[in-house]
Amino acid sequence: MILMILKGKTHCFGNDINTDYIISGRYKFKTLDMNELGKHVMEDIDPDFARKVAPGDFIVAWKNFGCGSSREQAPRALLACGIRGILAKSFARIFFRNAINCGLVALECNTEGMESGVELEINLTEGKIVNLQGGNVITASPLPDIMIDILNEGGLIEYIKKYGSFQKRVSSSSR
Amino acid sequence: MGKTISEKIFSTKAGSPVQAGDLVIAQVDMAMGQDGTTPLAIRSFEDMGGKSVFDPSRIIFIIDHNAPSPLEAVSHLHDLMRQFATQYGVRLFDVGCGVCHELMMAQGLVVPGDLVIGADSHTCTYGAIGAFSTGVGSTELAAVMISGKLWFKVPETIRVILNGTLPRGVFSKDIILYLAGQIGADGATYQAVEFSGPVIDRMEMDERFTISNMAVEIGAKAGLMAPDYKTLAWLKNRARRPYQSVYPDPDAMYQSTRTFDCSGLVPHVALPHRVDTVKPVDEVADVPIREAFLGTCTNGRAVDIEIAARILRGKVVHPDVRFIIAPASREIFLTALEKGWVETIVTAGGVFVSPGCGPCVGTHQGVPGDEWNVISTANRNFKGRMGNNKAAIYLASPATVAASALAGKISDPRKYLG
Repeated sequence: MILMILKGKTHCFGNDINTDYIISGRYKFKTLDMNELGKHVMEDIDPDFARKVAPGDFIVAWKNFGCGSSREQAPRALLACGIRGILAKSFARIFFRNAINCGLVALECNTEGMESGVELEINLTEGKIVNLQGGNVITASPLPDIMIDILNEGGLIEYIKKYGSFQKRVSSSSR
Repeated sequence: MGKTISEKIFSTKAGSPVQAGDLVIAQVDMAMGQDGTTPLAIRSFEDMGGKSVFDPSRIIFIIDHNAPSPLEAVSHLHDLMRQFATQYGVRLFDVGCGVCHELMMAQGLVVPGDLVIGADSHTCTYGAIGAFSTGVGSTELAAVMISGKLWFKVPETIRVILNGTLPRGVFSKDIILYLAGQIGADGATYQAVEFSGPVIDRMEMDERFTISNMAVEIGAKAGLMAPDYKTLAWLKNRARRPYQSVYPDPDAMYQSTRTFDCSGLVPHVALPHRVDTVKPVDEVADVPIREAFLGTCTNGRAVDIEIAARILRGKVVHPDVRFIIAPASREIFLTALEKGWVETIVTAGGVFVSPGCGPCVGTHQGVPGDEWNVISTANRNFKGRMGNNKAAIYLASPATVAASALAGKISDPRKYLG
């Protein structure tokens, strides 16, 4: 059962943020050190991004976040840089899976009108996102059960360590 | 109710009849990793406590993205892959063999009806031979290496029917660029695409691969084509396993059907920095070019090198342009040598680099300079993609790229094709 309340500030982006922008091929091929990659997140479109992030912050984007390459370094470097979750109108599917597999929260919701620097509280159990400044509440699309199970274990590594393979339904929780 | 190709393959691999929207745990036929993603998969495998792989003959590692290694750090990661491959009996294609997607098909490792995952987004290329193949991340590759299984949501399918006759000087790359412009970079997200129609029927396999390869650029999970006599002939001396071709039922349920007439199509170019910002070549003609690149999993095949040789024969590449060619495999390179295409292109001023991904991934073998315009046969033109965020990348067919290399500016290849 996911019983997590997350709090952090928003960093806004537009449509079609691709994984090359999240972490450029210039860096990702050289190392498995995610802390090093975390310093270069979003560098090609916002050179100061990594310095602006405080641990626990969120990225808010429009549609097709994480399109392009399958590089798992993208969600891992975002986590290493301090980003805890992504809210977007839609995700590219490989990024979406990679994010959940790494334990990076990825929620599909209506991000219209959201601004940078706003403090949000996310209730993962209920899929509710509260704007702590404005007070308005958004509901995220529910995740497939298996993704909830993977997030509950803290990611796919822990999930496979525990179950050895994929199970149709582990927990009885559902939302 | 009839089924799509995707629904049929997932029904077989999940062991029970399924339809779009169902969540399944399915047996994977082949799992592939390249040098940009496999080192992280190996780390995840170890972190998962992996002690053995489910079936070493169904796992393939390929060193193509940074090959040969441009850096000591990369050499260490390559060695990590080699050590793992030796320890677990996994087949590894080393530096110089070629691009992962070309090898998976040309070496007969993938057959129609397969369910294939690869830690590379362009794994969707194998849809052109009727396999459901899709990209995954490193940790999912590790999970498959251990268990042989992965969970999927059976996708809905968009049917794309290509009617008419493709005009002279217009190629499959022009079709998929045009479709990207029409459908959009996220137009098929979470969905499969089935391509069909007389234009596909008339295409050779190499041309079909270009279309399925770029299915992911419209967000698709897979870009499928039903096998026909050309597919079977192509597989004849390649396939390493018996297979059962899968065809869609006539009454299959599609999310939507989109029909395009290709008879009036002209060469198209994708403008920086988006694959779906596409214009007819005439509208961008005269954009000066500093680098031209022919290669990649999209367009590094024999037919692609052949058309460039036809355009360059007896001519000289523009002095302001570096024209770089990366054959998609050693076999293709050897064919190009044997046919004299390499001599033609090198004499004209072209530069061949080793079979592999070449400069597409932005780490070596042709990183552009500041303010350079590059014209490339690749599938992506994101800002910074080729290693310099101050360069601008245009995507086009091999013919348009070769014509532009000659002219020093974006050019309509039809002027050069007699």
